[in-house]
Amino acid sequence: MEIVPNNKWQTLFLRKDWWKYLAIVLVTYALIGGMLFPIPNMDIVDHTARNLHYHVPMWFGMVLLLFAGLVSSVAYLRTFDLRYDALTSALNSVGIVYGLLGLTTGMVWANYTWGEPWSNDPKQASAAIAMLMYFAYFILRGSIDDEDKSGKVSAVYNIIIFFVYIALIFIIPRLTESLHPGSGGNPAFSSEDQDNRLKMVFYPAVIGFTLLGFWMASIRLRIQYLAEGWKIK
Amino acid sequence: MQLLREIRWLLTKEIQLEWRQKYSFSGVLLYVFSTVMLIFMSFQSMEPLVWSTMFWIIVLFASVNAVAKSFLQENKARYYYYYLLASPLSVLISKIIYNTILLLLLALIALGVYIILLGNPIVHFPLFMGIVVVGSISFSFCFTILSAIAAQVGNNATIMPILSFPVIIPILSLLVILSKSALVEEVDIDLNIDFLILLAIDGLLLVLSIILFPYLWRD
Repeated sequence: MEIVPNNKWQTLFLRKDWWKYLAIVLVTYALIGGMLFPIPNMDIVDHTARNLHYHVPMWFGMVLLLFAGLVSSVAYLRTFDLRYDALTSALNSVGIVYGLLGLTTGMVWANYTWGEPWSNDPKQASAAIAMLMYFAYFILRGSIDDEDKSGKVSAVYNIIIFFVYIALIFIIPRLTESLHPGSGGNPAFSSEDQDNRLKMVFYPAVIGFTLLGFWMASIRLRIQYLAEGWKIK
Repeated sequence: MQLLREIRWLLTKEIQLEWRQKYSFSGVLLYVFSTVMLIFMSFQSMEPLVWSTMFWIIVLFASVNAVAKSFLQENKARYYYYYLLASPLSVLISKIIYNTILLLLLALIALGVYIILLGNPIVHFPLFMGIVVVGSISFSFCFTILSAIAAQVGNNATIMPILSFPVIIPILSLLVILSKSALVEEVDIDLNIDFLILLAIDGLLLVLSIILFPYLWRD
């Protein structure tokens, strides 16, 4: 058993519960409200517009989780504290789950509105490439036995891929036209485009699903703490 | 000044080492010849767009193979010796310069063989050469830091492609877009933006490499 010093993020992440209750409330609201509240009538899209509440929060959640992973990697390289390495891998693994869920919910939706599950849309492509990079992160992390070295090398790779992913979001749309809202003349999140009835569920859903993602990451981190035998002072 | 002297010293060392192990570079060259031959036998003739895409894929695979060894060819003990003599920055920069020269040479040879066997649909030749030069520099920036990461894993042949292919996709996509305009009569007006984005990515990778390399260096 190794006693580890306490600090702010650890307290918030592993000891405080209020944000987990908030996640439960918001996700429950999003599930019920997203399915039952009235939405504006539109051709073609019809009730598939309700997917907005479940698909888009996955993407927001993924980017925020991966960003938190980046911050944690930087913290690892500054301190060489293995808890940050465990935190990065916990955040990235939930980020990958969100990415895969975002791709799946998007593909189901695209099948009904764009006519096919995979239409080579830039955002689909960049999300898929991001998944490849983050899977490579886990392969890299797993293939080095020495814990300190594995943490160091994977933190370096994690920092590089986050920035490349952000660059990718801007570059890939130059390859092909996007079908996504907000590009190619499609309506998006500006005030005239999005109905207030949708916003009432959408924003809480984004916050709720993001918090749920951090909750899952904190459980993975807790498992890591138990496996390593770390005990908070 | 100290930095420049170290870089020059390390660069001379790299080139001498490559010259003594000629079989290594010859191996990569043979790899390029075989791949071009393979594509020639399977395609016979191809559309200009397919032509440029296949060219970049060949250069990509050859480059990964050429660069993957850059931190592996010397043993660990000798690196400890370099740690004492030079700063991490000069090691990184000398590797990047050396890899750029290597990849540029490789891309030009590949282009020559490719044109001889598969024909030459290039309309704006100087533009295409410019793209090849920028492409080699970008590949070198990207692969040098990733090969430093892959070298930490040790003897694992698959790790370098796994790490580098997703990361190279934005660069490769831009190179394919740029090459497209060298193959048609009318040059795309958006060309400058694509060039600027490519240079911005190169700058980003260079800054990240300079910041992060010392961490890989310390063992």
